[in-house]
Amino acid sequence: MGKEKELNITLKVWRQRGPQEKGAFETYQLEGISTESSFLEMLDVLNEKLVKERKEPVVFDHDCREGICGMCSLYINGHPHGKDQEVTTCQLHMRRFNDGDTITIEPWRSAAFPVIRDLMVDRSAFDKIMQAGGYTSVNTGGIPDANAIPIPKPVADEAMDAASCIGCGACVAACKNGSAMLFVSAKVSQLALLPQGKVEAAKRVKAMIAKMDELGFGNCTNTRACEAECPKAVSISNIARLNREFICAKLKD
Amino acid sequence: MATIDSKIPKGPLAQKWTNYKNHQKLVNPANKRKLDIIVVGTGLAGASAAASLGALGFNVLNFCIQDSPRRAHSIAAQGGINAAKNYQNDGDSVYRLFYDTIKGGDYRAREANVYRLAEVSNSIIDQCVAQGVPFAREYGGLLDNRSFGGAQVSRTFYAKGQTGQQLLLGAYSALSRQVNKGTVKLYTRYEMLDVVIIEGRARGIIARNLVTGKIERFFGHAVVIGTGGYGNTYFLSTNAMGSNGSAAMQIYRKGAYFANPCYAQIHPTCIPVHGDIQSKLTLMSESLRNDGRIWVPKKLEDAKAIQEGRKTANDIPDEDRDFYLERRYPAFGNLVPRDVASRAAKERCDKGFGVNNTGLAVFLDFKYAIQRLGKDVVAQKYGNLFQMYEKITDENPYEVPMKIFPAIHYTMGGIWVDYELMTSIPGLFAIGEANFSDHGANRLGASALMQGLADGYFVLPYTIQNYLADQIQVPRMSTDLPEFVEAEKGVQDKINKLMSIQGSESVDSIHKRLGHIMWEYVGMGRTKEGLETAMKKLKELKKEFWSNVYIPGEANTLNTELEKALRLSDFLEIGYLMAIDGYNRNESCGGHFREEYQTEEGEALRQDDQYSYVACWKYTGENSDPELLKEPLDYEETERKTRNYKN
Amino acid sequence: MWLTSSSVGRKLIMSISGLFLILFLAFHMSMNLVAIISSDAYNQVCGFLGSNWYAVAGTAVLAAGVFVHFAYAIILTLQNRKARGEQRYAVSENQGSVEWASQNMFLLGAIVIIGLCIHLVHFWSKMMLPELLGNAEMIQATEAAVNSVNLQLNNEVEATQNGAALILYTFKNPVNVVLYVIWLIALWFHLTHGMWSAMQTLGANNKTWMPRWKCISNIFATVVCAGFIAVVFYGYFA
Repeated sequence: MGKEKELNITLKVWRQRGPQEKGAFETYQLEGISTESSFLEMLDVLNEKLVKERKEPVVFDHDCREGICGMCSLYINGHPHGKDQEVTTCQLHMRRFNDGDTITIEPWRSAAFPVIRDLMVDRSAFDKIMQAGGYTSVNTGGIPDANAIPIPKPVADEAMDAASCIGCGACVAACKNGSAMLFVSAKVSQLALLPQGKVEAAKRVKAMIAKMDELGFGNCTNTRACEAECPKAVSISNIARLNREFICAKLKD
Repeated sequence: MATIDSKIPKGPLAQKWTNYKNHQKLVNPANKRKLDIIVVGTGLAGASAAASLGALGFNVLNFCIQDSPRRAHSIAAQGGINAAKNYQNDGDSVYRLFYDTIKGGDYRAREANVYRLAEVSNSIIDQCVAQGVPFAREYGGLLDNRSFGGAQVSRTFYAKGQTGQQLLLGAYSALSRQVNKGTVKLYTRYEMLDVVIIEGRARGIIARNLVTGKIERFFGHAVVIGTGGYGNTYFLSTNAMGSNGSAAMQIYRKGAYFANPCYAQIHPTCIPVHGDIQSKLTLMSESLRNDGRIWVPKKLEDAKAIQEGRKTANDIPDEDRDFYLERRYPAFGNLVPRDVASRAAKERCDKGFGVNNTGLAVFLDFKYAIQRLGKDVVAQKYGNLFQMYEKITDENPYEVPMKIFPAIHYTMGGIWVDYELMTSIPGLFAIGEANFSDHGANRLGASALMQGLADGYFVLPYTIQNYLADQIQVPRMSTDLPEFVEAEKGVQDKINKLMSIQGSESVDSIHKRLGHIMWEYVGMGRTKEGLETAMKKLKELKKEFWSNVYIPGEANTLNTELEKALRLSDFLEIGYLMAIDGYNRNESCGGHFREEYQTEEGEALRQDDQYSYVACWKYTGENSDPELLKEPLDYEETERKTRNYKN
Repeated sequence: MWLTSSSVGRKLIMSISGLFLILFLAFHMSMNLVAIISSDAYNQVCGFLGSNWYAVAGTAVLAAGVFVHFAYAIILTLQNRKARGEQRYAVSENQGSVEWASQNMFLLGAIVIIGLCIHLVHFWSKMMLPELLGNAEMIQATEAAVNSVNLQLNNEVEATQNGAALILYTFKNPVNVVLYVIWLIALWFHLTHGMWSAMQTLGANNKTWMPRWKCISNIFATVVCAGFIAVVFYGYFA
């Protein structure tokens, strides 16, 4: 492992009791944080310290801590999941920071993602969009053999790239318009590319866009901030495909 | 002693499941609507079960502790999912998958269950492809396979290094569809805190809304637990931070048997521990062992030089490298089952050949694969895993070998279930990793996904009907019944007690101490004395927890420390169960390695005449040891042998 | 109507109206270049696009295009601000790959609109408008402006169709030159993002075409703006 060092850092952390309450930054000092530890482990140290001081710990979402569940969020020094590209907050390591740094940590900020407490936000809007049509309408069982429909490898690979979205919401957090287009387009693309999903592609894209609009996400203005901050590097070419699918579907109505 | 009826259907092994389905009772569509089923957990098992039951027309209530069903830890599975498709024409069959699984499990699994698992494995792949899971494909457009530990065929289907994610998203999308249809109601950020038993049957749960802190009651004609394993008992494991064994412990305390708790899988390829504020361990997929070669230096002085930083892996010439898995197990080489690979790594490190600064790591080297296949092919196959490794360790695996070490990964033990996946409490089912049923003493790679989805898609939706067919006359019950009130009160009392301790130790600090005890005494190598020490220390730690834990904040609102404390209170008891079970099992098998029982070559030595049974532990009270019940394991089809991966 | 009620539909309106304006710009720029080559030829074009019915209809459609583009820019910006939520980030920075123009399209658009207004006062109000209104005072004002520059022409043209003279008259004034250059630089930024963005919104984009569209947008924006600026400087130095 690399050269381990210890850092002293200042944290400015957003604290907010509830969705309706006013929040504010609080400043904390941490000493002797190992460069080998992860960002969330650094926050664990902060929380352990707060609990020792008999204060309430900072609330933040996290689960798998290996960059795949999409639970961790955090807007770190002006970037969702921190400045490093193609990482989630839980994969961010303290070796990316310097001794004496001040780190500002904010929750995702978007009208569709209200703050629950401190750095934890409510992303259930994503589930609602998925429920509107992010599936193929097949019941369990009675399915033809998996190899019955050959799918060209490039198509399968492209679908896989779109499907790698972890639903973390960094795209919405990064977008100045609070748009969820990258998230929606990843699912629409994955299913529109595959023959299994093509069957109801038109219905799906209309339903998912309608739900996305209803939930208060913004309009995409192609700034590409979503793509730049996406921890899984989901491409905005998916958004182009979504637009194509949507416009064609509507023109056929 | 109570008799344990595993309800295995009659008939030859290959016919049992068909016979069962032909004769089981079903619920007609009109009646399905009248029946409520609670499914706790939204992982592969929970989500697939909830979606399938919803699609059948049942009224499903589905709970998860995360903000979305898609976060469940099944998502982190990397390598793949097994199925006996034999697409590669390499001699695979349902029987061979069954046999490999039984053998991999060191002859401690139930034959009938495993055969059924192998039988439905093919339907899982079909189902997932229909859902739009983008499995890897060949240029001809057909599905690709790779090989995994413990098998001599390539039967593992995969989606890059994110197979679990893709399968879970498939199940999640099926679940989302049912939510949209109104057959499934989702309760996210809810944590089950108790099961409600009415007249001997499971009739509902008590759950805490994690955002508001409110304790709520839910009725169901049946309750299904799909809450995963209890690997986090060790604090450091590859499990997610929120993974816990609390639902299992709640139903255990209400009378469900806990089976084989000591069978915990130690995964050989994890990134080694770096320091004492580490919160979790990261797995590197077993698929890496397809092309990576595991080695340590042959010479002790080289190992020492590496440990002290005077030499690096690339300074050691090939002839001074000890590819110990290839040396010890020529037939399977680097692809021996996980328990074997883990113990072999421990053996080398114990002898001083470990290769990082702590001496607790071995090399996993891709130099040879890059020479053979080229960097591009290696990158295509493992690129995202390499990237993940580099993110964590800051070392480039294309240039220097990975360092890996075993870590707790999966628990084969779990809630005892019969052939129908029903626990010893009528109406209460356990699926996926939460139950004990299919993996015996060791699970093969790419079989957890298979089992979770088999249970949820293709087994439970049948077997639960056999139970519910008798329940169609039972009306929805009021949650004001005294049993609900009492269960809620029990939960509330426990929370009040925890909040009132106001001691001086944080939840995590006690959990870390639990982890140390478990890893030290109930880890890779266990002894009689060690397990005795563990039980003693665990009792003390439990006492300390209940007298000195500190939880800030209030109970009637969001309180993450309280959530952790509730889970830790159960981990402490699971730890004890694991220790007592390991103490009782005087043999080595699979993930349970008792140092007293090994062959001259250091392999696990089973005691089939005495321990060929499922150890079912029955709760007897807060302060007394549980009672051991035994379900004998009869092998009709397979001959029990000492596992041999040498030739 | 899905065009106005859905986010993608609203963006489609932006993209189509934008592409229409892009076409107009290309046409207008090519027409302007004629002024550098020959004042007479340019004035012939101006005469052709005088107060004929087709020119008036074209102007109306053009105005509608500008109006729709601008109105939807306002609607989308307001909706997007609302979607962003009330609480703003304390610290926010862009990844290097995010272009400045893409984040500031409304600001750039506003500059372009202001520039357009100035431009209309300078030219349209002196050429087409007086003819349409038949207002003698306005026509006289135009004549005064045209006569103040010394322009050699082979043919007699009416003052309101002497665009060549108006160019010289307007850009004699260095303040106007600076204003136009600022305007055109804003337009350049607006176009570099707007053009590929329109294709993206139409769905006519993918990983292969993304760099191509960006390249085409950059070339187009540069050619159009350089063409316009060339005429401005021609007016100033001539």
